[in-house]
Amino acid sequence: MIKFIIRGILRDKSKSIIPIAVISVGVMVTVMMSGFLEGVFSDVINQNAKLDTGHVKIMTKPYAENKEQLPNDLALLGINELIDSLNLNYPDLIWTPRIKFGGIMDVPDASGNTKLQGPGIGLAISILSEESGELQRLQLNKSLKKGRLPKRSGEIILSDNYATKLNLSPGEKITFFGSTMEGSMVFQSYEMTGTVEFGSPLMDKGTFIIDIRDAQNMLDMENGTGELLGYFKDDKYDDQKALVIAENFNAKFQESKDEYTPVMFTLKDQNGLRESLDVGDAFSGIFIFIFILAMSLVLWNTGLIGGLRRYNEFGIRLALGESKNNVFKLLLIEASVIGLIGSIIGTSLGLVFCYYLQEVGIDISKDVANSTIIMPSVMRAYVTSDLFYIGFIPGLFSMLFGTALAGRGIYKRETARLFKELEV
Amino acid sequence: MKTIIALFLSIQLPFILTAQVSDLKALKIIEEIDKNMFSKTQIVTSEMIVYGKRKKRIIRSRGYSMGKENNFTEYLFPEREKGTKMLKLNERLWIYSPTTDRTIQLSGHLLRQSVMGSDLSYEDMMEEKRLSEVYVAKIIQEENYNESPVWVMELVSKVEGLAYHKRVLWVDKNKFVPLKENLYAKSGTLLKTTTFSDIRKINKRWFPMKMNYKDVLKDGKGTDFIILDVSFNSKIPEGYFSKNILKK
Repeated sequence: MIKFIIRGILRDKSKSIIPIAVISVGVMVTVMMSGFLEGVFSDVINQNAKLDTGHVKIMTKPYAENKEQLPNDLALLGINELIDSLNLNYPDLIWTPRIKFGGIMDVPDASGNTKLQGPGIGLAISILSEESGELQRLQLNKSLKKGRLPKRSGEIILSDNYATKLNLSPGEKITFFGSTMEGSMVFQSYEMTGTVEFGSPLMDKGTFIIDIRDAQNMLDMENGTGELLGYFKDDKYDDQKALVIAENFNAKFQESKDEYTPVMFTLKDQNGLRESLDVGDAFSGIFIFIFILAMSLVLWNTGLIGGLRRYNEFGIRLALGESKNNVFKLLLIEASVIGLIGSIIGTSLGLVFCYYLQEVGIDISKDVANSTIIMPSVMRAYVTSDLFYIGFIPGLFSMLFGTALAGRGIYKRETARLFKELEV
Repeated sequence: MKTIIALFLSIQLPFILTAQVSDLKALKIIEEIDKNMFSKTQIVTSEMIVYGKRKKRIIRSRGYSMGKENNFTEYLFPEREKGTKMLKLNERLWIYSPTTDRTIQLSGHLLRQSVMGSDLSYEDMMEEKRLSEVYVAKIIQEENYNESPVWVMELVSKVEGLAYHKRVLWVDKNKFVPLKENLYAKSGTLLKTTTFSDIRKINKRWFPMKMNYKDVLKDGKGTDFIILDVSFNSKIPEGYFSKNILKK
């Protein structure tokens, strides 16, 4: 029977080409958009987690309230004891301190006077400690553009753009000029060992990285840090788990009268990510729903036109004694086969485009050059397992649904009038 | 017509004359302030008390200034700042750090940064222009401030490029020294307030020995600037105002 239907579809192209084309295009766009939105949202989450928010982050209350100003005078102190207690209470997480600070990078000439200088944002991480996992987390090896990563104290890496602006090459000396946690003037010379590209316009503008111990010494922050980041050991962000941990941690300090009480925030509760991602999720859901609805309406219409075109055929079949149920059933099987073919073609094309966008991406670095939020400079799609069914199922069912609606007319035909209609 | 002009003049003239007299008086007052506050040279040993969020810091320095163009400051205490030197020549500022043996030049917007976490900016420390040369003054009120009779004066910049477009001063009528000063941006926003106290007579001039600078955009109780020792018109070797002094 199926073979007979397939042969019918192939032979009578007028009843298959348009529906297959509509389903293919619809499914392809659905798959592509889902993969693209999934990719963009995942990249935003990953990049924020890696570069800024962690999966959870601990700061002091006043630091969190003013964190845009990098207020290291409000930093967390006694972090070794805090990390010990966190390791004990939340064994699923790895904790790593990070200090962000602002200052001027000054490049000297041969006589030690200012040759070039520019403001920059420093990021102090556990770069010299293998156990911290910061090198892998920030993928600094992959991001390296020139030179090498710091191997010892007193070495520094700069974002490639920043180094270019300062006309600085690996091996040259550079002096940081800024202020300590308490505001004392600080000068510290470093050897620049290499440059990196973070892939985030905000970070690539003027960021430099030093080891956390160097920063603690330089900024008078012994056993202190601006931010303490926690990452799940499996490296996957679980919002529900993170919320429970943050709630539990914050409850312990609820009654504390200390002005510098630590507060924990989940990834999504920072940088307005919860709102943005929820809106994004809702937007992509609405988009896919509208698309499937529109596709169903088009296919319903196609089915109706097909039904009208095949009015005589159905009439003859009914007149010859075929039951209405059988005509309707065959119509639905036919629609399923068409839906199946369209969905296979659409899903395949969608996956091909998604794969292309995953590997090549869309470069938006120029458009977000002045962005003040952390977001990737290349927007990529992700080929995930759900893409294999996300367009396939609606593609199949919208055709079936459209045909079912259009095919209802079969039941309205009266056998008594058939011969008159057919002018037999 | 002549009658109308005569009538107009007879009504307006007293006001115009009074305003001119008042402007002249205001100018005289700020010239007197300049005489007290400025000298050909000045050597000041001072302590800056910075009230941080967690602790307060005391920074001692000795400053040498000659006219309004040249200023050299050497930090004496605490150990972390000891040996740091700042040199201002005209509009340029250099800072020398003994730990790195580097001299860094600051210019442009960097001069608006805070000096050592205080409420003072490098620009504040550099600006030594006589009020009578760069501001147009007028008396806006007479009142008592901290039990001293004062003129409340409004000074508006008459030259471009000043750190503060407008200043409102509470000037002691007897000593010709400001007791309080509000500093405004061109937009009219209040940026800083300064209060002057412990006014002493030194070498026939009245001089405030304690100042409190408060950046209104910052939390806290501001920065105290206490003068431990000051000498006016003493001879300062020329070499103090050359870049070579920084590495000595």
